[in-house]
Amino acid sequence: MAIVADLRIRSSRRTEAVLLVVAVVLVVSAYMLVGVGATGGLPPNVYVLGLGTVVAATGAHLALRRWASAADPVILPVTLALNGLGLAMIYRLDLAHADTASPTSFAPRQLAWTVISMSVAIAIVALLRDHRLMRRFTYTAMAVGLGLLLLPLVPGLGVERRGAHLWIDVAGLSLQPAELAKIALAVFFAGYLVANRHSLALAGPRVLGLRFPRARDLGPLLLAWIASLAVLVYQRDLGTSLLFFGLFLAMVYVATARLSWVLLGCGLFVAGAIVAGMVFSHVADRYDIWLHALDPEVYARSPGGSEQLVRGLFGLASGGLFGTGLGEGMPSQVPFAESDFIVSSLGEELGLVGLSAILCLYVILVQRALRTSLGLRDGFGKLLAAGLGFSMALQVFVVVGGVTRVIPLTGLTTPFLAYGGSSLLSNWVIIALLIRISDGARRVEVFDR
Amino acid sequence: MNASIRRLATLAFVMFLVLMFAATWIQFIQADSLNSDSRNRRTLYREFGTFRGPIIVDGEAIVYSVPVNDYFSYQRTYVDGPLYAPVTGFYSVVYGRTGIEQAENSLLNGSSDSLFWSRLGDLLSGQDQQGASIELTLRSSLQRVAFEALGDQSGAVIALDPRTGEILAMVSRPSYDPSVLADHTTSAVVDAYEALESDPGQPLINRVIAGDTYPPGSLFKLVTVSAALEAGLTPDSIVFAPAELDLPLTDLTIENYGGYACDVTDSTTLAQALKKSCNTPFADLALSLGWQPIADKAQDFGWGEELSIPLPVTPSRLPDEPNEPEGAMSAIGQFDVRATPLQMAMIGSAIANDGVLMRPYLVTRVRDSSLRVLSTAQPSILAIPLYVEDSGYLRDMMVEVVESGTGTAAQISGVAVAGKTGTAETGDGSAPHAWFLGFAPAEDPVVVVVVLVERGGDLGDEATGGRLSAPIAREVIIEALRLEEERVNQGLG
Repeated sequence: MAIVADLRIRSSRRTEAVLLVVAVVLVVSAYMLVGVGATGGLPPNVYVLGLGTVVAATGAHLALRRWASAADPVILPVTLALNGLGLAMIYRLDLAHADTASPTSFAPRQLAWTVISMSVAIAIVALLRDHRLMRRFTYTAMAVGLGLLLLPLVPGLGVERRGAHLWIDVAGLSLQPAELAKIALAVFFAGYLVANRHSLALAGPRVLGLRFPRARDLGPLLLAWIASLAVLVYQRDLGTSLLFFGLFLAMVYVATARLSWVLLGCGLFVAGAIVAGMVFSHVADRYDIWLHALDPEVYARSPGGSEQLVRGLFGLASGGLFGTGLGEGMPSQVPFAESDFIVSSLGEELGLVGLSAILCLYVILVQRALRTSLGLRDGFGKLLAAGLGFSMALQVFVVVGGVTRVIPLTGLTTPFLAYGGSSLLSNWVIIALLIRISDGARRVEVFDR
Repeated sequence: MNASIRRLATLAFVMFLVLMFAATWIQFIQADSLNSDSRNRRTLYREFGTFRGPIIVDGEAIVYSVPVNDYFSYQRTYVDGPLYAPVTGFYSVVYGRTGIEQAENSLLNGSSDSLFWSRLGDLLSGQDQQGASIELTLRSSLQRVAFEALGDQSGAVIALDPRTGEILAMVSRPSYDPSVLADHTTSAVVDAYEALESDPGQPLINRVIAGDTYPPGSLFKLVTVSAALEAGLTPDSIVFAPAELDLPLTDLTIENYGGYACDVTDSTTLAQALKKSCNTPFADLALSLGWQPIADKAQDFGWGEELSIPLPVTPSRLPDEPNEPEGAMSAIGQFDVRATPLQMAMIGSAIANDGVLMRPYLVTRVRDSSLRVLSTAQPSILAIPLYVEDSGYLRDMMVEVVESGTGTAAQISGVAVAGKTGTAETGDGSAPHAWFLGFAPAEDPVVVVVVLVERGGDLGDEATGGRLSAPIAREVIIEALRLEEERVNQGLG
């Protein structure tokens, strides 16, 4: 394994404290600006929420000092900043809806989920003393992951929304199990690949200078391909299937360093997507919307028209370079402005500059995860960290790319920003795992010296 | 594995670069075209979100904005909507703006350059941008009298002050209520607009300035007489006036109204001919003078010219190089001569004001939101189409029209009214358009009125300008004289 650069462990909690102060200031000012911009005055509960943010940041920081003192100092502040910005924007949309016929209260629920998610994350960091313990549950994780994926198809439990079978209803709470399945499958892939990477990488025929896998090693790849296409077909969700398949391919590539796998996988996915586009009209509509969004005909079509996407584009465009200012725009003009289209809401009020800054926060988060992966000694942890980090990059790419017409629009959530409990929870779990793994990675180095 | 992880990191980074490029494309490069897309309601909301100034008549706001609790922030409100609609126009979230709402939009919404200092003040004091108020020249009582006198008939009434060019009344019927188009419920607005647009009465058109222009009929004889006077004739000049006039080059003839002779012999004076509105003498004048001097005179009065009052006025039309019979027909206001009621009022205005045509206008004053006067209309001369002497001749002849000619229905006791009737063939077999042009008091005119009733109005085929339109003009003139007297008395007191 490569020699990792010298890291000064002793200062990292102090670094984190300083960065947390920056994040808290950012979040609280965003919240205050939303109030001033939208209503002309500070939000009524600004002190309570400001104090709450400080308490949350301090609590998480102290937990890390106690249970993961060597962990990466950047991950937590960046996550907190993203979560807080999302909350401010969701509160802003509540304000926009307040005077209309259908007022919303997204922000309190999102706040509750934030508290729950952070608590769960801290509990994981506190209880999971070593990430390698998870390797014992490789096949359990597979079963759990596939089970979660199939849950929405269980009659009586699954609910259909906007044509997609992604949600389940449990005790009045609506959850998206695919979000949690993502983590379970990442654990499974990491465990499976670390055990089989050599046979996958070294055996098999060579064609045109590329080594292709043996048929019996191809099994899991085909299984993953079929599973993700099944998601696409039965749950009508292109985004989730793309995310799973991309996650799997990335982890296979890290495990085997074989480009042939990636090419084969991409080929299979593209073929599947093309066939789906020919067979299923809703998939064909998505392609049409993507390519011809501004055509009046496509715009006016209902259902399956591009109005939603185009209204998101209008929002982004009206933000321009510097945005309208928090609370000053009209993000509620975009359907699902608090969830699927939160990026265009932020782009409208914070402008290209603000949106780029948010994307940079994700870049930092993803690069910290991959950096952690680089520094680890155990293959399982490396694969898991790389997989989780890359899956976050891919998820942001799929959802932001969908809103900005890089790829067809799909129904994925923007990590930490978008309204939605299961998404928030699963992403905080990912953060907890990354913190745990990074603690392990850096502790080893301390040990070495 | 580290080499693969590094490549993966590079791939992730490239993915984010792609996203940033896409965001730049939308928010910077494509932003202008997306922002101006008609489907983008933000632009509309932003415009509707500023406080729009009121439109004022006689010190009362007839159009104003009230704050409401929806996306548009303000509701445009129209008092007496149908009465003023042809002038104010509407302000709709679906169909945009018309009338004064359109012509003075940049002042009303506060974006005009002349409001720069006012905007700066708003900015410094932290207020939202405020639009200016537009004060119209209309007189509310006169507008109402004209509106009610016209009744349910399709047509137009315009009154203006010949000394200044102020438009005192501008009525077009059928009218509509701009309130229904200013509603914020898109579907209701669309329904209402489509109903108005498919209405055969064409209520959305301001007939005074922008309808299909009308054949002016005998009113055009004023132009022919003006050309004749300029050629050296006087009211006492003898003109050829048979009951029926053969037109050269064709089998066609021109008859007088009802086929009667104009006088006991085949000739009469110019004044007599105008008084009885005979056709043959004027057609004959066109044959002897030629069409060109008449066309030139019409152009002196404003024919064919674009005019902004500040509503855009449809230019009145003249036939293009008519031959002799066509010129003769045109000289009595038929064939291809077309005019707006405003154009006819401008002829009356020049005659009434000693040959000087004042530029007609609708906006008398503009104030910013703190009521500081930004501009006040200055009356200006548009043209001098007549010699003083000729305008005197015309005025005297027109007084006779009302005293003992075709326009007796416009007589007012104690006041000398000058006038001219017109009954214009529509050319499609329906009842004629009935015109009346009048001004008073003849010796020192303070008001010029033109009334047009389309297609015979309530009288149908029996309609003439004298029977149908003169009484309407009379009512308007009476009210205008009363207002003038009030104004003078106030000035003295």
